[in-house]
Amino acid sequence: MRALRSVRAWLRDAPAIPFLILGLIAFAAVFADFLAPHDPQFGKLSERFLPPFWIERGSTAHIFGTDHLGRDVLSRLIFGARVSMVVGFTAVIVSGVVGTTLGIVSGYLGSWADQIIMRVTDAWLALPALTFAIFLAAIVGPSEMNIVIILAAVYWTRYARIVRGEVLSLKEREFVRLAIVAGCSKWTIMRRHILPNVINSSIVLATLMLGIVIVTEASLSFLGVGVPPPKPAWGVMLADGKQGLMVGHWWLTVMPGTCIMLMVLAANLLGDWLRVKLDPQLRQL
Amino acid sequence: MSVVLEVDRVSKHFQARSGFFGGDRRVVRAVDNVSFSIEEGTSLGVVGESGCGKSTTAKLVLGLEDPSAGAIRFEGKDLVGMDAAGRRHYRKSVQAVFQDPYASLSPRMRIGAIIAEPLITNEKHSADTVRARVLEMLDLVGLPARSADLFPHEFSGGQRQRIAIARALALSPRLIVLDEPVSALDVSIRAQILNLLRDVQDRLGVSYLFIAHDLAAVAHMSQTIIVMYLGKIVESGEARALARTPMHPYTAALFSASLPDHPDDRREEIILSGEVPSPMNPPTGCHFHPRCPRAMARCAQEAPTLREIDGRRVACHLFD
Repeated sequence: MRALRSVRAWLRDAPAIPFLILGLIAFAAVFADFLAPHDPQFGKLSERFLPPFWIERGSTAHIFGTDHLGRDVLSRLIFGARVSMVVGFTAVIVSGVVGTTLGIVSGYLGSWADQIIMRVTDAWLALPALTFAIFLAAIVGPSEMNIVIILAAVYWTRYARIVRGEVLSLKEREFVRLAIVAGCSKWTIMRRHILPNVINSSIVLATLMLGIVIVTEASLSFLGVGVPPPKPAWGVMLADGKQGLMVGHWWLTVMPGTCIMLMVLAANLLGDWLRVKLDPQLRQL
Repeated sequence: MSVVLEVDRVSKHFQARSGFFGGDRRVVRAVDNVSFSIEEGTSLGVVGESGCGKSTTAKLVLGLEDPSAGAIRFEGKDLVGMDAAGRRHYRKSVQAVFQDPYASLSPRMRIGAIIAEPLITNEKHSADTVRARVLEMLDLVGLPARSADLFPHEFSGGQRQRIAIARALALSPRLIVLDEPVSALDVSIRAQILNLLRDVQDRLGVSYLFIAHDLAAVAHMSQTIIVMYLGKIVESGEARALARTPMHPYTAALFSASLPDHPDDRREEIILSGEVPSPMNPPTGCHFHPRCPRAMARCAQEAPTLREIDGRRVACHLFD
């Protein structure tokens, strides 16, 4: 009961819009099988290029119209939410865990471990993220699993950088010195004293990275090195729909484009809120 | 009485690089040829201005830094080259309380866990024993038992310093290094903490290495005082005698700068000119001569050695 009340107090000034958008997308992703009116991967060729229902020729059977193979756009959007959610969240979590761990190790141990990790980070940051991701995708080949690995491999350095900086100032603090005096091992200090004090920054960064990761995933899918085609990813839908732009089939690109935009917007708004929410606590420490 | 800790001609030098390619190397002698010993159940005070090597001395004793030369002996055994069991014994026997009570408690841990940490790390106990010990320590430092379940930010500076002391005492150490334990506290709280420390010493017989720049506090707390200037001991001796009749001009200046016992007391004030010189580039001869009111020609050339005079050790040419 007390825990519930404190959670409610904590969320009191939470912004409604990003929670609403992300909640809606998450709901669609989880219950896609029940929500989608049609099969996202099969359509009737006789029903190709049907416009959304409010336009002439459109029907309420296909609310957002159909694509070049007669597949229902709404159903594909709903199943696409699942791809974005799964890939986005897994990639953010994997890169966050890897980056935070390496950042702590690099900052706390210093010497050669720091040198190696930071030189790798410098090299990583010098490469344009998308080009690097395409390069990796070309090596390992397209699949949802590989996309997660690629995104994590590209973006862990952001976490490592920020976390290392914080660890450098934390490890000079007296409570860390006292932990050494008390006889704690390096690993215990990193886990018990350093990690709880940098985790907030990692969480804030992860929320902000969610938007970037989703755009990168969509870009890779758009370029054909992401989620393999029959699967309804938003990026794949954009790629399929781009020929239609010139002949007036605007709904094929605008619909998935709007979805991507809304999700990135929600992620960024959430990140901004979390940063303000968690930062004063960090400063107070 | 047995000697708990013996510091024998210990030096700590740091390499400082400057210049465009870091080619200009200089040696900072943070601690230079320092010797002292602490007896069981007594306090040794170390005073000096900032940058004199007090805190480096504390780090050396705590094993956070290794000495460049000399030996630190605990119960007669040298710290460097001690085997693992000896190290563990030393870790358990020597604890610390630091200056800033806001930085010395891990902000994400509950007080109970903070106090229990040295205990859990070094010895195997059941959860009940640990809890009982934590409550006992809280009681010893005058905090209520419910403090154990709170977080550090719920306490004031003085209370936090009490928690830090409770943590330091949890393993029943033989020596506690107090590195400026009251400097960050309000004047009204200082006396309370100092009295608590004395009370604890009377009850448990623990020894203190008390480092401070507050002379009144050091004189109040310690049996023996060491005065340091730029990494060297300039004077050491029995606390009350040293405070009443300082021999070295630097000690005299330090004590004249502290407030007298009674507001009507008049005494000669010695005002030192200039700043503490950079330890990277200390003055020749006696390090103190550029600021010394009684400097002689000889002081600029020849460094005085620490010699025994009337049961005290003084490094000054005035007493040759």
